[in-house]
Amino acid sequence: MDNPTPFFDEMLRPDDGPRAPYAAYHTWFAGEDRRDLIRKSDEAERFFRRTGITFNVYGAADADERLIPFDIVPRIISGREWTKLTLGIEQRVRAINAFLHDIYHRQEIIRAGRIPIELIAKNDAFLKAMIGLEPPGGVYTHIVGIDLVRVGEDQFYVLEDNARTPSGVSYMLENRETMLQMFPELFGRIKVRGVGDYPLALRRSLGASMPRHASGDGAVAVLTPGIHNSAYFEHAFLADHMGVELVEGSDLRVIDGKIAMRTTRGYKPIDVLYRRVDDDFLDPLNFNPDSLLGVPGIMDVYRAGGITIANAPGTGIADDKAIYSYMPEIVEFYTGEKPLLENVPTWRCSEPDALSYVLDHLHELVVKEVHGSGGYGMLVGPAASKKELAAFRAKLKSRPANYIAQPTLALSTVPILTKSGLAPRHVDLRPFVLVSPNGIEIIPGGLTRVALKKGSLVVNSSQGGGTKDTWVLEE
Amino acid sequence: MLGKTAGGLFWMFRHLERAENTTRLIETGLRIALTRPDRSNDEWQSLLKTAAAEQLFFTKYDQADAANVVDFLLRDTTNPSSVQSSIAQARQNARMVRTALTREVWEAVNDTYMQLRGALARPATDKNLPDTIALVRQQSALVRGALHGSMLRNDVFDFARLGTFLERADNTARILDVKYYVLLPSISQIGSNLDNVQWETILRAVAGQRAYSWLTQGAVTPKGIADFLIFDGRMPRSLKFALGKLQSNLGYLEAEYGSSLPCHEMATRLHAQLCESSIEQVFEEGLHEFIIAFLQDLAQLGRQIDTDYRFTG
Repeated sequence: MDNPTPFFDEMLRPDDGPRAPYAAYHTWFAGEDRRDLIRKSDEAERFFRRTGITFNVYGAADADERLIPFDIVPRIISGREWTKLTLGIEQRVRAINAFLHDIYHRQEIIRAGRIPIELIAKNDAFLKAMIGLEPPGGVYTHIVGIDLVRVGEDQFYVLEDNARTPSGVSYMLENRETMLQMFPELFGRIKVRGVGDYPLALRRSLGASMPRHASGDGAVAVLTPGIHNSAYFEHAFLADHMGVELVEGSDLRVIDGKIAMRTTRGYKPIDVLYRRVDDDFLDPLNFNPDSLLGVPGIMDVYRAGGITIANAPGTGIADDKAIYSYMPEIVEFYTGEKPLLENVPTWRCSEPDALSYVLDHLHELVVKEVHGSGGYGMLVGPAASKKELAAFRAKLKSRPANYIAQPTLALSTVPILTKSGLAPRHVDLRPFVLVSPNGIEIIPGGLTRVALKKGSLVVNSSQGGGTKDTWVLEE
Repeated sequence: MLGKTAGGLFWMFRHLERAENTTRLIETGLRIALTRPDRSNDEWQSLLKTAAAEQLFFTKYDQADAANVVDFLLRDTTNPSSVQSSIAQARQNARMVRTALTREVWEAVNDTYMQLRGALARPATDKNLPDTIALVRQQSALVRGALHGSMLRNDVFDFARLGTFLERADNTARILDVKYYVLLPSISQIGSNLDNVQWETILRAVAGQRAYSWLTQGAVTPKGIADFLIFDGRMPRSLKFALGKLQSNLGYLEAEYGSSLPCHEMATRLHAQLCESSIEQVFEEGLHEFIIAFLQDLAQLGRQIDTDYRFTG
């Protein structure tokens, strides 16, 4: 370890001995030649390039495809830690679905005065078209990603909920595939729970969410905005591994009350559409009229029970960072239980007291846009220059309701392999959750994102983050 | 299968075939330049014509010479038929139809794209050009091998093959058309052998030089060459071979889908016409006229396939 840090390291204790979940890995690592491992790292990169696991970066002028760097040191979670996490995740996902159903129906939570009405009524992510609509099987979020961070042995926080269209699951799968190819002997020594069934589990989960008027074939398709989308690789990957068609808006049209895709043998109805297109672009007749990515009239088919849209339109409101700050209340309101997973303490800048606190402590806080994602439009106080702080202060004052603030968390670290050996870097974790009328399934693993720059707390791939394989150990 | 996917496969393999053919044209020009230093630049211009890129070329250059023609055909991204452009489009199509390809085929195409992007980053030099050409050839073989070795023989395979053979037939016909005047029997040439450079160009451009020699024991006559490239069903780049393949791949689709479409009837008719004709008949009605009609029929067949299998709408 190059230098001890005040952060919780998941592999090494302060005395440099490995924590229990890493013991076997640590022993193996000590016996390996570092140059060999570095060579393997380079091999992994070539492997990713060849298989085309790339993402497109918006606004990047040069190359339209980039690789997310992969680190070969796994992030390891013990079976016990995982069980505890899954209980909290399941509770939260149940609450999110109940919340979505409620705000699009009776709005009990507002009547009970637990969240302010403006939060819903004035929210762009609240989709009026969903009011009173009953999604097939009552499921709003079929696929959820819950972003977690760790700050200590027993302390996890939920950083954000991704109920709209969580991405990254293809990296979880390809990272494991790569590790299995590169280090087969490790998987012989250490019992790691498999993640490879995810595509089949997803297929099953989507197949269990048939609309009222199903075609009988149970046809599932993935809807992508197209090959220029940043996550196109993942869309193709999932369609391929599920064995279903990957469609674009231009392949679809409404025929006899069903969404149908243009095949070489004519139009064929679809029952479940796993869409990776945003709400706004989903239906030019009902939403953004300029959209070429969606299907004119799909909302009418949806309303009439002709198709299941996964995730349901309007679920994005649950990702909203202003809603996030109420998540403890939301969990308690719908489950009647105390939340098992904690929220990061959050100041809502829309509230005058909170705003003045945030303005006074800007240099020590992380400020995020309420609707932002991907690490864009975010301020990390301790890392910001005076100029950046001043600029952000002005933004905050002009549109306070657009921001929330959180303390700068002491994110845990997991070592990465560098030329000079292991070096601690900050990580987060996105486990993937599948919801169907039959229940909730959590894949034992997830996407570990790692800030590759020393000291950096921003793990987003668009901001120079990388990924690691995430191991959940068998008990 | 989605219509869009079928179209993507068809075009992916058209572009791959085109890249390979264009490379062969460059190689032909190079060979001639090396072995016949006395020749003018006429050959380069005629290669541009064969690649159907003459017009675009002269919007950029005043004169055709070895360096600028090679660069234009090999790596110019404003030329949609350059090797670089063709490979990029093939890969773009491959990404689009990723779900229909095996990992082997996808990786072969992606690898081709990455390797060529490296090799074509700078203008080719006399020294590295042969390596670059060899690279295209090897990579084409790799993709073809992956296709044959790993893909199911179903509609996916058929659409890929249709693209390959439509492009190939088009290419061979174009070579014949650009050189048809060489092959025309004229008073002075009757009974005499052709100018070596001319027949070399034609045969090399379709990789048929050795095959032709084997089959004809070295007697190079205009009629012989035209017969070989149009009517010899053993020659994998002849019009008859390509049309036969088009007909049979369409036939497999007809059998798999259980429905006969206008493109099937059209392919069958075109193939039959060719089988019933002969080189004598072609020369009688005019080689150029024959080729123009053939290219038109081929383009129409391509459009009919597009329509019948709903590539675009």
